[in-house]
Amino acid sequence: MSAVGAMTDGAGPDVRHGRRILIIWAVANVIFVPIVIWVLGPHIPPYDASQQSTDQHNVNVVLSALATPVLLMIWVYFGYSITVFRQRGPEVVDGPPIEGDPRIQVTWLAATTVIVIALAVYGTVGLLPSSAAGAGGGQGPNPLSKPPNAASALQVQVIGQQWLWTFRWPGYGGVQTPYLVLPVNRWIAFHVTSLDVSHSFWAYELGVKADAIPGNDNVAFVRPTQLRSFQIRCAELCGLWHGHMNTTGQIVSQSAFDTWIAQARVRYQGVTQQLPPYSHVYYPAPDQRAG
Amino acid sequence: MSTTESPPPTAITKAPRFREQLIGFHLLWGVVLAALGYFVCHWLGTKIGNHIKGQTATDQDDIAVLLGFLGATLGWLIGLGFFNYPLSRMMGRPASLIEGEEYGVWRYFRLCTDHKVVAVQYFVAVLFFFGVGGLNAMLIRGELTSDNATFIQAGNYLTLVSLHGTMMLMMMSAGVLGPLGNYLVPLMIGARRMAFPRVESLTLWLTVLAGFMLISAIFLGGFPTGWTGYAPLSVEARAGMDAYLFSFALIGISLCLVGLNIIATVMTMRAPGLYWNRIPVFVWGMVTTSVLAVLAAPVLFAALYMAALDRTVETTFFLASNGGSPFLWYNLFWFFGHPEVYILALPGFGIVLEILPVFARKPLWGYRVAVAGMFGVALLSFMVWQHHLFVSGINANLRPFYMFTTELISIPTGIIFLIGMGTLWRARIRFTVPMLFCLAFFFNFLIGGLSGVYLSDVPSNVTTHGSYFVMAHFHYTIMGGLVFATIGGFYYWLPKITGFKLNETLGKIHFWMMFIFFNLTFFPLFAAGLLGMPRRVSSYNPSLHGLNVFVSISAWCLGLSLLVFLANIVWTQLLLREPAGPNPWLSKSLEWQLPSPVPSYNFERIPVINSAPYSYGIPDAPPVADFGTPARLPGGPAITPEGGVL
Amino acid sequence: MGILVAATVLVVAVFFYIADFLAVAPPVLAASTQNGASTLTLQTVPAYGHAPEPDWVTYLGLDSNGHWHHTTIYQLPAHTLVHVTLYQFDSASGLRNPFLAQVRGTAGGIASVDGKSFSVLNGDDASHTFTVPDLGLSVPLKGVPAGAKNPCSAAPCALSFDHTTIRFSFVTPGPGVYRWQCFVPCAAQFFYGFGGPMQTIGWMSGELKVV
Repeated sequence: MSAVGAMTDGAGPDVRHGRRILIIWAVANVIFVPIVIWVLGPHIPPYDASQQSTDQHNVNVVLSALATPVLLMIWVYFGYSITVFRQRGPEVVDGPPIEGDPRIQVTWLAATTVIVIALAVYGTVGLLPSSAAGAGGGQGPNPLSKPPNAASALQVQVIGQQWLWTFRWPGYGGVQTPYLVLPVNRWIAFHVTSLDVSHSFWAYELGVKADAIPGNDNVAFVRPTQLRSFQIRCAELCGLWHGHMNTTGQIVSQSAFDTWIAQARVRYQGVTQQLPPYSHVYYPAPDQRAG
Repeated sequence: MSTTESPPPTAITKAPRFREQLIGFHLLWGVVLAALGYFVCHWLGTKIGNHIKGQTATDQDDIAVLLGFLGATLGWLIGLGFFNYPLSRMMGRPASLIEGEEYGVWRYFRLCTDHKVVAVQYFVAVLFFFGVGGLNAMLIRGELTSDNATFIQAGNYLTLVSLHGTMMLMMMSAGVLGPLGNYLVPLMIGARRMAFPRVESLTLWLTVLAGFMLISAIFLGGFPTGWTGYAPLSVEARAGMDAYLFSFALIGISLCLVGLNIIATVMTMRAPGLYWNRIPVFVWGMVTTSVLAVLAAPVLFAALYMAALDRTVETTFFLASNGGSPFLWYNLFWFFGHPEVYILALPGFGIVLEILPVFARKPLWGYRVAVAGMFGVALLSFMVWQHHLFVSGINANLRPFYMFTTELISIPTGIIFLIGMGTLWRARIRFTVPMLFCLAFFFNFLIGGLSGVYLSDVPSNVTTHGSYFVMAHFHYTIMGGLVFATIGGFYYWLPKITGFKLNETLGKIHFWMMFIFFNLTFFPLFAAGLLGMPRRVSSYNPSLHGLNVFVSISAWCLGLSLLVFLANIVWTQLLLREPAGPNPWLSKSLEWQLPSPVPSYNFERIPVINSAPYSYGIPDAPPVADFGTPARLPGGPAITPEGGVL
Repeated sequence: MGILVAATVLVVAVFFYIADFLAVAPPVLAASTQNGASTLTLQTVPAYGHAPEPDWVTYLGLDSNGHWHHTTIYQLPAHTLVHVTLYQFDSASGLRNPFLAQVRGTAGGIASVDGKSFSVLNGDDASHTFTVPDLGLSVPLKGVPAGAKNPCSAAPCALSFDHTTIRFSFVTPGPGVYRWQCFVPCAAQFFYGFGGPMQTIGWMSGELKVV
């Protein structure tokens, strides 16, 4: 705003108010931006159970750090204006008829455009094939963000149905399990699909969310980095027990995982024979109706 | 102004006797024929359904229910008299060009072609349905005080959520275009009526019917899909889903017609001298909203039609197994759904920018840029819809594009903030109730907008998609933005509409309660979403219990604040009735130069517009319009009373 | 005056909305407990046979007086062995996900059908399942063979109709509410076989209230 003052007659008030607002804004930034980054920042989800969630956490911190000055600018400006330019009392006085200044408008447009392009570039970098941040979101059958050796990742098929998650392991004889146990420090490829309506596979602490849509093979990658448990929830409305369609997963060491999957193969041997051959999508009599 | 001296045009002659009123076309007959139409067509539908037994998707015959709704709609419109005019014309009889305007208080219970009457009808209807949606919200928060479904069982909870969402979306799309748009657009452009008065009335009565039809879902087993109606869940749902499909389709038709009507009115019926660069910014808000409505609503209608066919005659548009795809619904729905989100934002921009100069006592800072910003939002809103599908398995290559277009929208939205800031610069700000709501709009919409940046960023979206973060985000933009602006608009224009003052103290109590508890309700929900709480669940992680109880209590206080608003309206408008005078806010806008309430034909003579209505503080500014007779364009020919040039 | 009338009408409408629509729930049926073990006796019928939904498939529960109740909300004591007896009157419609043909979470990992114990059923023979996902408990219920001579058409079904009897036991966890449901797409005439009764508590979905 101070530009207006510099250009017009009676410049005094414009410059004075503009300078004050800038100072308040600068002080507020000095105080609050570090607070957002270093005090609030570490507590912003989704924490660091995997490479993906760590990267998403970092993205959230960066976005918060960028949003804070914008928020403060508007708040400081509005706060200052409605305090200083407030007219009390019953009398109605007209303000100075200041018309829009194209230079300020163009500057504003340029500034917002730069911010927006920067944000878009930043976001796109997170989706590049080499990046981990975008890999946790469902990318459809032909993923773009993926680990360099995606083919050697541990393949896990996530099957949603009303209202249960089951997990199928094509690398282990196509056994299906009702629980999800993952080895630590290894790339996992989730192939998410559904047998009936749409669901959304949300492994919260892992930073993975991929919609389970019938007839679609939705691929997401994750590399767990901590030995811990994680929540699995459904994030797409799927009917009566949508809110209850949750379970707990576990990240374990590679040897513990090998033991677990070997036991599961033995335990579910009988039922595994009944399962249809492994496929990216299933059409189990989809318009089936009982007779 | 000169109009205050002229006698108001006398359209209301004498109210006919009650007995005479019973015969003819009005609300009573609309209800009777709607019920009759429903049962006749339902019976017919059962016969058809029996004929193709085994072909219906549910055991409750969807063919019968949908045909019943169609019959109800026809009966309703016949009863209200919408077919009189076309039938008269078809039979070669001269038909009245105005309808229902001469019936005193009964005008409000029938088809009436006076845009001001329709606006008041809209106002009452929207307020009623907003109350229904709000009550559902209160009950939702009641259920969420427990981390497992207890008070309301899981299935009914979903119906409750769906009714709340759908009702609010349906009614808030019409919430500004209907009451304020219909009332103010003709007044602000110096016209005596809307371009298509009968269509205007039709949109109202379709909206009313749609509201009740949606509520009727509770008698048909409810529906579990939320307002998004995702297939295939919607295809397997019970007959309550048909209520959703049909009522939303009616709203789609209504929205499209409202939009056409407003665009046509502004295009063709502006008073002389009201050049494009003098049109009040509120009218621009209505025009851009209308453009969105006209282009987006037909897509919704098509999608709903397909879903209805899937449910009745087993087409498989949305079933993956038979050649269809659920993605078809997602794309069609969000192609409508995202412009719809801006149908819920642009009117707010218009209201706020219209009110701000009045209480800042300064001209609107950057009128042209503001209008450009609104058109920018409108245009971009058609290019972003797949950001609702970032993790759904769309083509991964498209995600950067939709991320970019989504973030681009913050440029035209930022313009609205710039205009607001420029207008407040060195202003003489008066803290009236409408002004407080406008300032709160900027506060809330800023938070809503910035949270949208997280959602638009794909890596961040992985956590926030489908969580309470989204829910908090769109409540900040729709409730914090549109609803705050609309209520501010009602405080501002209601004295013009009814002619009676609203209570300032009650208004301020309402404002502060609503502002504080709105933020206490929805800000914690950002945290709930980030901490892993999905939307639309009746059962959540027990660690979030305390947070949810806090939010519920805030939400009930927020509900109470709206009761204060209602009490203010009832007390001042129905009981106290203190005259407001023609221009209590000392506004320069055209509508405030007329008496309150505005007489039946608005302008005795069509005014000649001299300037945009924002010339505050400009010394020697000419009056905004010339109401004199015969009027002349500045340096031009005389104007006829009808607005033509002699 | 008009305002008062309108307000009264609104309050009454709201009250009915909450009481008659939202807060309705099927009754709670308590399992009988003797000697530290509980007994839960249920039946599934292919068609309820009564209003409001005569052609919906449903579960019913038996109380300690020998009366059948149309409910799926069962109250069980915590940390107790529960013996479940299920009379199954419906024919098979087959599992969507054959994995659920596996018996899980019962005592010994087995269940019995007509006296013969089993741990895996043929998925196509399943008529329903009794599954509590949060407890890892799941038992597939074998359907009445096709071409049964004496099918039951209306609840409650007497044991003289063709049926299979499934028995299993499980130990309840600590107190809480645990949802249970059937996983066989058995809702006749609904797309995917999963609308209507499958999505309505009191029919093919319910809650175990462990106290």
